[in-house]
Amino acid sequence: MIEDPTLERVLARALRTGGEFAEVFAEDKQSGNATLDDGRVEQLSSGRDRGAGIRVVVGDTTGFAHTADLSEQGLLTAAEAASAAAREGGGGVREIALTRRDVANPSPVSVLPDDVPKADKVAILRQADEAARAAAREISQVTASVAGSRRRILVANSDGLLTSDDQVRTLFSVSAVATGDTGMQTGRKSTGLTIGWELFDRIDIDEFAAEAAQMAITKLRARPAPSGQLPVVIGAGSGGVLFHEACGHGLEKDLVDKGASVYAGRIGELVASPLVTLVDDGTIAEEWGAFAVDDEGAPGQRNVLIQDGVLTEYMWDFLRSRKEGRPNSGNGRRQSYKHLPMVRMTNTFLENGTATPDEVIAGTDHGVYVAKLGGGQVNTASGDFVFGMQEAYLIEDGEITEPIREGNLIGNGPQCLQDIEVIADDFAFGGPGTCGKDGQGVPVGDGCPTLRVAQLTIGGTSS
Amino acid sequence: MTDTATAGTDVDALRALADRVASQAGPGEQVEAYVSQGTNTSVDAYEGEIESLTQAGSAGIGIRVIKDGRTGFAYAGSHDDDIVADALAEARDNLPFAEPDEWAGLAEPDGVAATALDVHREAVLATPVEDKVAMAIELERMVRAADPRVRGVRAATYTDAEGAFAVATSTGISVGGRSTIAYVSVSALADDGDASVIAGGMSVGRAIDEVSLDEAADDAVSRLLAKIGSVKPESAVVTLILEPRLTATVLGIVSGMLGGEAVAKGRSPFANRVGQQVGSPLLTIVDDPTNPDSLGAEPYDDEGLATRRVPLLDQGVLQGFLHNTHSARRAGTASTASAARGYSSRPSISARALTVQPGDGDLDSLLATVDDGVLASSLGGIHSGVNPISGDFSVSVEGLRVRGGERAEPIKEATLASTLQRLLLDVSHVGADVEWQPGGTGGVTLLIPGVSLSGR
Repeated sequence: MIEDPTLERVLARALRTGGEFAEVFAEDKQSGNATLDDGRVEQLSSGRDRGAGIRVVVGDTTGFAHTADLSEQGLLTAAEAASAAAREGGGGVREIALTRRDVANPSPVSVLPDDVPKADKVAILRQADEAARAAAREISQVTASVAGSRRRILVANSDGLLTSDDQVRTLFSVSAVATGDTGMQTGRKSTGLTIGWELFDRIDIDEFAAEAAQMAITKLRARPAPSGQLPVVIGAGSGGVLFHEACGHGLEKDLVDKGASVYAGRIGELVASPLVTLVDDGTIAEEWGAFAVDDEGAPGQRNVLIQDGVLTEYMWDFLRSRKEGRPNSGNGRRQSYKHLPMVRMTNTFLENGTATPDEVIAGTDHGVYVAKLGGGQVNTASGDFVFGMQEAYLIEDGEITEPIREGNLIGNGPQCLQDIEVIADDFAFGGPGTCGKDGQGVPVGDGCPTLRVAQLTIGGTSS
Repeated sequence: MTDTATAGTDVDALRALADRVASQAGPGEQVEAYVSQGTNTSVDAYEGEIESLTQAGSAGIGIRVIKDGRTGFAYAGSHDDDIVADALAEARDNLPFAEPDEWAGLAEPDGVAATALDVHREAVLATPVEDKVAMAIELERMVRAADPRVRGVRAATYTDAEGAFAVATSTGISVGGRSTIAYVSVSALADDGDASVIAGGMSVGRAIDEVSLDEAADDAVSRLLAKIGSVKPESAVVTLILEPRLTATVLGIVSGMLGGEAVAKGRSPFANRVGQQVGSPLLTIVDDPTNPDSLGAEPYDDEGLATRRVPLLDQGVLQGFLHNTHSARRAGTASTASAARGYSSRPSISARALTVQPGDGDLDSLLATVDDGVLASSLGGIHSGVNPISGDFSVSVEGLRVRGGERAEPIKEATLASTLQRLLLDVSHVGADVEWQPGGTGGVTLLIPGVSLSGR
């Protein structure tokens, strides 16, 4: 993207007013997607965003500027803007010598999405539409989309680091609306991996679309969700979002440092049921949150956050680990070159227990089984979190019975972690997620085995 | 081109670029270019110092090509000639793979004159960055000093931005404009037993002299202190008291269900209900982007049509839907100039300046009439718990219990549930206390009985 000598000159310019550290993050992202809705392939869209963000750090202050102009002149202008925050410093001339340190990509790619004939993309959408509509006569509407992106990044900094990554992601989703006497209900299924178009070699499109349709059909006969506190069994896969919200965000070191986390100062303490071992791992090949290097050039790595219930580690970015003179954990990420990096999760998941899923359900006298969780959010200061039940059922006398309507579940992170009573041995990753924090979205993965929480509050209307 | 300098955006240059692209329409082709450009300055203060200072510019273009009912689209984050040429070629390359749509078409001049609106302030460009930095640092200091129970500030931010756009089509549209916005926001922390509470406040205007540090600080601190000692409430059926800013949140969801595309595609519970009573007779709702009181005011929509006043509910009776050009053609009506987009997407449909016709009373006088209620201060989980197709509504709530017309204990770890259809029908009182929100909506206090509160 940018020649090494140019990078060296731009970094030197960025430090001319006294900055202690400078970094160039360049990005070239190509995106392509195709959407079918209302029985029609509506549109194919292609896009290209390319540019660089430059930051200069002095003390605890960061100056940042970005530009879509990757010429040397464009980069030098941005470097000067970024260094404005460091104007009080002494200045001088620093020589920067870059050394390339590349990291093997954990997720090899066979077929770049851009190389796939557009007619093939359209054919997938057509097939999904037909399969979803064929699932039941109540299906009144279907949306299907395929999307591929290739994000090439380059990181160079005044410590001499020069590295790059090439991240290819492919996404497929089908949404269906079913219409019945009780109104409309929705079903949605999505899959996404950090691989190329070979994603479609691994899924049965007909089955995938029919499952989205079936979810909507099932909910047509759903009863109002209960209101109040009940035991909740979380199904394997999408339930990982529970841990993303209940404790993941609270283990991000930037929030910990600002006293905005209930987990601050609790390393070494028992913060969860001893059944809980929680991991964040950017190196899980092909998962949605995987990469070779993070957006500050640090290699992705496996970080055990909670081991057998004991809090073992937070997640770190470059600035915070540098300040405390400790290793980086590879969690510095950003939405694009237009954003500053901050501490973010990658693939966050709960490890297997020893029960079977049937035992978990059979051991629940009266409660709720959540087959599919939607998005959530958390107040890291209080630990209170909320997430949506996209597909859920009542459990009566140890058996899954009636479907219930959509609603939110709420709980408190530290309490919920203590309240995990049993964990099964059927670990699965959930669907692709986009995690939002301070206005920036990044791709994340999550996963968990089937488990039961002694009680969560269910936001329904049925007493 | 880099816009890190503080020169204002040249709208004429954006229009010229859009015109140049649109003029390349071939025989039987329609071409539209949506061009945007912006600059922004953002300062985060922490513990009396600058934590980060961002000064940056960005630019983009989105190109639609329509031929024989087929649409192709491409975008790029640059105005460089070769990249724009690539985007046009890519949009044309995408076109044959879309299926014909008899309603496909670009906006055409419709004779509606644009309202002159004063939405741009030179001050955003002329104010020295040192003054912007001082705002963020002072805001943090004010919040920390406001009350000994304030333990810290997570973030105190000053941001301002200028955004400019132009739209040109081969069907005769060529418009452009620019606007500015400035805001301060702060989130403060306090201890509450073993845990912490956090609350935010903000103030928004079109330039630095239109935002109030006092307003943002007071907002954050009063909300923060009100949360200390919150308890999980007993489950109950209560009257929900929505303060103006949360009314704005709920109206925003409802307006999404009134978008012409959702209606035409059978994704709105309000389809086929024009002329019917879908809300309380107390509810009259319009979207009026020509109202200069709203921060959502804009002379043009994102397809280049002049914005106009759109009645949605009149005394609870559904009047019609929000349309862009495509949904209007499909519905056999005219666009309401409600197209909204960024450069990387095709036009969707959105309200810009929703308002409820004021009733009478304000938050305090309405609250005094409530025997058993919840005054909500924040709603959470809206993206996961509210389904605009089924209307299912389930959100987490923080706020105060209200008993006998008096504010009682603060609550947390609770949810409110109903359906959006019921919430609209059940409104029992509309306040007169219009407050314009950052998103452009004018909210008022609403009372809604019969809502399920889930807690212990």
